[in-house]
Amino acid sequence: MERDNGFCQEVKVEKLHPFVRPFRGRKIFLEDLSIYRRVTLSRVLSISALLFALFATVCLASLCIGVVAIPAKDLLAAVAGALGVSPSSPSEEQIILLNVRLPRILFAGIVGASLSSGGVVFQALLRNPLADPYVLGISGGSALGAIIGIVLGAGAFCLGVPFLAFCGALATVFLVFVVAGGSRGLLLDNSLLLAGVVVNAFFSAAILFALSVVNSMELHSITFWLMGDLSGADGKEILLAALCLLFGFGILYAQARKLNLMVQGEETALQMGVNVRATKYILLGVTSLVTAVAVSLAGIIGFVGIMVPHMMRLVFGSDHRLLLPAAALFGASFLVVADTLARTMIAPAELPVGVITALCGAPYFIFLMRRKGRG
Amino acid sequence: MPILDARNISFRYTDRPVLDGVSFALDAARILAVIGPNGSGKTTLLKMLNATLFPDQGQMLLDGRDTRRWTRREIARTMAMVPQESPAVFPFFAEEIVLMGRFPHLGSIAFEGKKDFRIVREAMAKTDCLAYAHRRFNELSAGERQRVLIARALAQEPKVLLLDESTVFLDLKHQAQFLSMLRELSRVQHLTVVFVTHDVNLAAQNADAILLLYNGKKYAIGTSADVLTAKNIKEVYDVDVGIDSNPHNGLPRVTLFT
Repeated sequence: MERDNGFCQEVKVEKLHPFVRPFRGRKIFLEDLSIYRRVTLSRVLSISALLFALFATVCLASLCIGVVAIPAKDLLAAVAGALGVSPSSPSEEQIILLNVRLPRILFAGIVGASLSSGGVVFQALLRNPLADPYVLGISGGSALGAIIGIVLGAGAFCLGVPFLAFCGALATVFLVFVVAGGSRGLLLDNSLLLAGVVVNAFFSAAILFALSVVNSMELHSITFWLMGDLSGADGKEILLAALCLLFGFGILYAQARKLNLMVQGEETALQMGVNVRATKYILLGVTSLVTAVAVSLAGIIGFVGIMVPHMMRLVFGSDHRLLLPAAALFGASFLVVADTLARTMIAPAELPVGVITALCGAPYFIFLMRRKGRG
Repeated sequence: MPILDARNISFRYTDRPVLDGVSFALDAARILAVIGPNGSGKTTLLKMLNATLFPDQGQMLLDGRDTRRWTRREIARTMAMVPQESPAVFPFFAEEIVLMGRFPHLGSIAFEGKKDFRIVREAMAKTDCLAYAHRRFNELSAGERQRVLIARALAQEPKVLLLDESTVFLDLKHQAQFLSMLRELSRVQHLTVVFVTHDVNLAAQNADAILLLYNGKKYAIGTSADVLTAKNIKEVYDVDVGIDSNPHNGLPRVTLFT
């Protein structure tokens, strides 16, 4: 771990953008370049405001882009029409904007924020930079639930498939907890991680089995669900996901300083005044819930929850009081962009959004692993 | 009233007892060294003291109250622990690590105020790590990291400081600086110190009392002259040593015969 001073000096001189640096050769460590700034309330607020502005901009841009391109000035007219300022009957553009694109964009933002903040918490709790929101078997369990729902025709009921997916996810998390339950009541993070991996692998097999026996109609909707689909959500579902996110994020944010300590090791956290066991159960429970809701409504969208927390950590540091809101807001923007690409790249057809995120995410993941090997 | 009072404590992880009926009491502002061979229960004893674990039998009293009846925050405001090493998975900065020491003094959501930053800066000055306050913790050398961890413990403003082999990575200058700081804190601010070490001379020179553990039992406790005898060391460590007195202060000096 020890590096001589000459090397650090040399690295400090470099002033490159964080996302350019990885390509500048092996000996440069990303973290070396960002400059230490204290995390204060005003800094958290201003960075959050900035990232919210980014999210709003991305949303407005995404509203205008699509099979039917709507110029920005018509956007204003459509909004005015919707608010009843202009008396004319709703135009086609207005319907596209408010009934199709707006809900989808909001939903993408909510799912992106849920997955990203879930990723932050799971990475911190498991002290593993490669953990993701699905690590506890949430993806495998909810996928199996969703497939059962689709095969049994639960799609006919309101929230039928998502409900089964949600049950699958929570049942799996519970199973993983039981499998990994350490001695003396503390969950050992390695066994939690391993149990999650094993359970996910088991469910993958079950999913493959299901895929090989269902008919082609069901196969199509299952495949879309497995790769993430943000188009299907209706108003009620979006509201539900939004409430879960707000409520869950509030609880998670209240634990932000404890998370900083938990990263230093559970025993250290305990000795510094954190009630480790309670904190751990609260964080795991709330995060599982928030992610399970997002997954059950949107399907499995990979890499958002692993990539976004990392990028934000590189730019803003590891203090969770800043990292959590930054990751949530940036994750929201990221998924809106990804979904906009998904619905426009091969228009009028659509790509599953999971394809886009995986295309960005996999190279980033490889880069992280290589860097981890070096550190 | 002693600030630390172990009453006949026993503890086992599995079948074999790791601590077996250990009793001792330590008054405030004293420095106690805990020595003993590998596996003699030193680290487990530290975990009893800081309430990471609780004794299976017997009682561990901190400030006259059973450690089971303290809240985590109360303990952390009273007692700080310097671990041997700290995992550096995520890139925190050195000052952020020390700021974490303020956790038990603040609310969960609060941000550190002027007073906290002052305390943190003072703690870092004491351990000579201000120069790299703005650097990443995981880039520092082992000795530098240790100084940051000591500063974090001081930022907790504890009455009792527990050290687990905390001088091993320090160079001579910083070791001397650290030990004289401990003695000064104990004299001026009545800080009580318990340190675990393998270095019997370090214990002899710096501790007011030495506790010698052997197979989970208290083998001897007392001043360095009482505990560090050739006979005791032969029986516990199974090595031959010569013991004379340090010409500077008259304290016992142990020389290993090989």
